[in-house]
Amino acid sequence: MEHIALWVAAFLTLGIYSFLYKDNPWYKLCEAIFVGISAGYWFVTLFWDNIYGKFWLGVFPDTTTNATGEIVYVSTPDYWLIVGAVLGFLMLLRLVPKIGWISRWPLAFIVGATAGFYLINYFSSNVMAQVQDTIMPLFGVGYNASVYDIIGNVVIAVGTFTGLIYFFFSKEHKGAFGGAARVGIFFLMITFGAAFGYTVMSRMSLLIGRMDFIFGDWLGLIG
Amino acid sequence: MVIRSNEQHLRWSVLVIHLVLFSLVLFSSVSGAESDSITAIPALAPPTNVSAIDKPNDGGGSISIRWGLSQDDYDGGLVSGYKVLRATDSNGIMSSFTEIGDATAGQAEYVDGNVSDDSSYYYQVVAFAQIESNGAAHDLIAKSAITGQVQSSAQWFDWQRINVFVGVLILCALIIFYIRQAQSGKELFIRKIAGLEAIDEAVGRATEMGKKIFYIPGTQDMDNVQTIAGVTILGRVAELSAQYETWLEVPVARSLVLVTAKEIVKEAYSKVGRPDAFNEDQVHYLTDDQFGYAAGIDGMVVREKPATIFFMGAFYAESLILAETGNSIGAIQIAGTGMPSQLPFFVAACDYTLIGEELFAASAYLSREPKLLGSLKGQDMGKALILIALIVGILLETFGIWTFSDLFGVID
Repeated sequence: MEHIALWVAAFLTLGIYSFLYKDNPWYKLCEAIFVGISAGYWFVTLFWDNIYGKFWLGVFPDTTTNATGEIVYVSTPDYWLIVGAVLGFLMLLRLVPKIGWISRWPLAFIVGATAGFYLINYFSSNVMAQVQDTIMPLFGVGYNASVYDIIGNVVIAVGTFTGLIYFFFSKEHKGAFGGAARVGIFFLMITFGAAFGYTVMSRMSLLIGRMDFIFGDWLGLIG
Repeated sequence: MVIRSNEQHLRWSVLVIHLVLFSLVLFSSVSGAESDSITAIPALAPPTNVSAIDKPNDGGGSISIRWGLSQDDYDGGLVSGYKVLRATDSNGIMSSFTEIGDATAGQAEYVDGNVSDDSSYYYQVVAFAQIESNGAAHDLIAKSAITGQVQSSAQWFDWQRINVFVGVLILCALIIFYIRQAQSGKELFIRKIAGLEAIDEAVGRATEMGKKIFYIPGTQDMDNVQTIAGVTILGRVAELSAQYETWLEVPVARSLVLVTAKEIVKEAYSKVGRPDAFNEDQVHYLTDDQFGYAAGIDGMVVREKPATIFFMGAFYAESLILAETGNSIGAIQIAGTGMPSQLPFFVAACDYTLIGEELFAASAYLSREPKLLGSLKGQDMGKALILIALIVGILLETFGIWTFSDLFGVID
């Protein structure tokens, strides 16, 4: 059985890679299998994780017998989950054309609640924490730093300052302000360049993983 | 003969006496040596002042236990660590203690995060040590007193994050102020954003070529602000494609995005007076799987060869696969994402890229609605305050006047 699975995996891997040459029936077959199976897999996973695992077991937890022989829940039932279930049900009402408009309510709730919830998280991590890390002594009084530290501190401070100016939308990027914004975009592009190289390297490791499968696990040419 | 026999007896007796004396001396010296090497096993001092309190500034479900270190807990001291024991209270009867965790020597606090707000608990801390004595290992323990009854509860407000609250209040006040200004008719300026200026041109190009427009709203769900920003821009693109009668196709990876995108496209078609042109199949689901989604879109792109492709939302490793495929068929591509690790790929493979904040500014930029414009201006003022804080803070810390950065510390 394992042998068949190995051949199927190799057939599908090569089929997906055949796209590098051009679109072809082999790729189309693999693509259809990939999309279809993954959609089905995610449906089943989400059902068991969310509807059963989180909602059903959350509202109706398993029971056990305690030391006194009494039947008790293994965890406290969380009835707030019913609110989520009702919202989910309302979402399904879009399948009934006459009352389909009701599905906008849970949608509005999700979008609004998400925006509010993440406002605090993003403000903490993307504003407060970053400002705290950027504010640092560049050099001098009571600060024992090497020349490299000082250069690093200045680069961070200037990069953050000019980067923020680039993302200032209510003022035209002209004159000194425009110059600072230009420095900001230079910083961004240098960062992107470094990130590009770093990510390409990690993608290479993915490719090496598949090649290892083809030439090692499947063909047995490498140990 | 009798005399000789007596002499022999005497000799034997003397010999025996000597042997007995020698043995006694030898035994006494050995036992004396033994008694010298036996060391008394020391007693271990217990932890002192053990207290258990409901952990402050949390959502309940945790109790903080603190204690004074054992007198034997010092650098090179006997104590190896502490065990924390817990008992529950059932109708005034204390259950037996069970170990719930441990702490290393020198540590004087433990947070029990596995408690129920509905139950009461007692705690005891045990110092433990292992010593070698007389060739054998000995485990020593010293129990503290038992704490009073304690129960966890949730707090309404986390006072440790008051700075976040003040920051959000200032930002909200700025946004409301500028929304009011915009609504009162004051003209609010927004600089040109090249990627957004190009949207009209990109839709027009697809119309001229008689080809489709693909709109990819990313692989994340509606609980991601980038997806929300992405579907907001979709509204504008859908309006233009309805006006120009150009087929807009929106393959999505999440069921909630499917519902939202359908609503937005449908509304956009109605807004420009073309509800009849809307087709339910324009917005369709592929799969939740990241690479399954990428494989599906790649196939569609090479077969249907759209003239224009938009990538607006949150993307991960599929970004370059998608953008490169679109680039290979010569489509005009406009991307926008807030994922720093994916932006380089979009910058390299697309014609225009909205970088981070530009994606979030897009809805205000495209609609020119006073509410959104005011909100954008308010955020800009927030950034201005941050710029001032950076300058002031760096100067204060450089000259050693005040650790200004402490104001921005957030305790999780």
